[in-house]
Amino acid sequence: MTDLTRLTISQARTKLRGKEITATDLTEAYLSAIDRANPTLNAYVAVTGDKARDMAKASDARLANGEGGALEGIPLGIKDLFGTEGVHTQACSHVLDGFKPRYESTVTANLWADGAVMLGKLNMDEFAMGSSNETSYYGPVINPWRRSRVDTVVMPTTHQGDGGFVSAGGARTARSLDNAQLVPGGSSGGSATAVSAFLCAGATATDTGGSIRQPAAFTGTVGIKPTYGRCSRWGIVAFASSLDQAGPIARDVRDAAILLKSMASVDAKDTTSVARPVPDYEAAIGKPIKGMKVGIPREYRVEGMPEEIEALWQKGIAWLKDAGAEIVDISLPHTKYALPAYYIVAPAEASSNLARYDGVRYGLRVPGKDIVDMYEKTRAAGFGREVKRRIMIGTYVLSAGYYDAYYLQAQKVRNLIKRDFETVFAAGVDVILTPATPSAAFGIADEDMAADPVKMYLNDIFTVTVNMAGLPGIAVPAGLDSKGLPLGLQLIGRPFDEETLFQTAAVIEQAAGPFQPEQWW
Amino acid sequence: MSVDVQTVKRVARLARIAVSEEDAERMTGELNAILGFVEQLNEVDVSGVEPMTSVTPVEMKKRQDVVTDGNKAADIVANAPATEENFFLVPKVVE
Repeated sequence: MTDLTRLTISQARTKLRGKEITATDLTEAYLSAIDRANPTLNAYVAVTGDKARDMAKASDARLANGEGGALEGIPLGIKDLFGTEGVHTQACSHVLDGFKPRYESTVTANLWADGAVMLGKLNMDEFAMGSSNETSYYGPVINPWRRSRVDTVVMPTTHQGDGGFVSAGGARTARSLDNAQLVPGGSSGGSATAVSAFLCAGATATDTGGSIRQPAAFTGTVGIKPTYGRCSRWGIVAFASSLDQAGPIARDVRDAAILLKSMASVDAKDTTSVARPVPDYEAAIGKPIKGMKVGIPREYRVEGMPEEIEALWQKGIAWLKDAGAEIVDISLPHTKYALPAYYIVAPAEASSNLARYDGVRYGLRVPGKDIVDMYEKTRAAGFGREVKRRIMIGTYVLSAGYYDAYYLQAQKVRNLIKRDFETVFAAGVDVILTPATPSAAFGIADEDMAADPVKMYLNDIFTVTVNMAGLPGIAVPAGLDSKGLPLGLQLIGRPFDEETLFQTAAVIEQAAGPFQPEQWW
Repeated sequence: MSVDVQTVKRVARLARIAVSEEDAERMTGELNAILGFVEQLNEVDVSGVEPMTSVTPVEMKKRQDVVTDGNKAADIVANAPATEENFFLVPKVVE
């Protein structure tokens, strides 16, 4: 029997509806894959086996009657940031120890209403603050991709085995995997690893500065951050409310389209949810891009960018040109200010959102001599270093006397960044093509990044502009670097034009081919 | 602008995070690295630019001022570290 975990969502959907396979078999296949791989990869922080089996059984009953929703029987992993009723929801922070919400986030409720099966909760950077998944209280997630070496091996003449096989001497090249463990990116590192290593059919993720697109690029998967307001934020643990958006990470563009269709909705419980009908994203895939205007922003050619990233970008341009798109050079002059503005706006909002973790209403409590002492000790013990760093920055830039110099200035710059995009879209550009990240996946405990927080922040240099302007962006795998690691391209679209992103990403996917890691785990 | 250890301790107090002397010293360096990085925003000419209040030009939604939820005190306190009869328990605040 073929390994059911290798089926994409669209393939599994066909087989489930055709009664070739059952949701129970599919779910059991994933649960055993998780059982085998999770001690090594650490993608899941909680596995909900019983719940998954119950949901699969209910799906099978509906499928047997010829009923069922768009995701009927499809096993998914859920980022730990999403509130899931009665199930581990801790944003991978110590401060939320033991928290099991009495409510379900709108996004996950939408998925269950469409018949999806929950496999468990996925690891992430603590409160989604990080670009390597190393800030999680539950430890780092391991990328299923490893660097490979091409060695020339001199083969002696040998006699092997009892078959009497004789191999003549000579030289051949062999590709061997390096043992060094790499990060999957962050903050949705668990989501990216679980999808890439076949530990779920697809996963939910969130993106505040690149947390869907950067891990997708590091793991050869597809990740889309939709337009701000497309997916409800209700029931998702808040990091930076004006930037946070939920979206899927999936094995291919079609699966990402299927998942986003279910995740997106208009929700009265989120005042920033935008009242627009959710289109059928899948229908955009396969539509020709002939005549489409693709913008190439010159400011994304940053200093010190590896040659391989530039080469990948040029390949992407060539593929789209071959498919009939018109390539135009564009300028987004305030690009370089997006990251510094982000590191004022995001920590400011985070310091406010995270004020609620005080040891009173949920999670950890460390006793103190009085109530303030209890707050201070609880928060000192409950938050990790990166989270504390950001709360401190946020508190400082919002404090009396500094508000105008930092926060107000950053929000003005943010408007200029948004205007840059509006100007090129008004000039007729349909979609913008950029690299997704400035490098491939790096090693666990990278010394440079550990020594300088700003170095880690630079991972988001190509993705953060999109959050600042509230636009949709998709990362699609486009090639491998010389060490065999996946690299991604990013497409940025007009507000609520996710369809053009799926349509264009599918062209890149078709030209670049799918990417799967060699299994070692 | 840069911060000194005293400022870091004051900010930690505002943020209700206990910091040791050692923490405060380390954070001073880290915070200054970040503040140095964001300094470049001062080069941008923002004259006549409004600060952003919303990425999407939507009007704040308002609902009817009526009760739509409630009567779930037990749910609300369910995750609290210490409760009594659906009240949150905290150390004594008033003498």
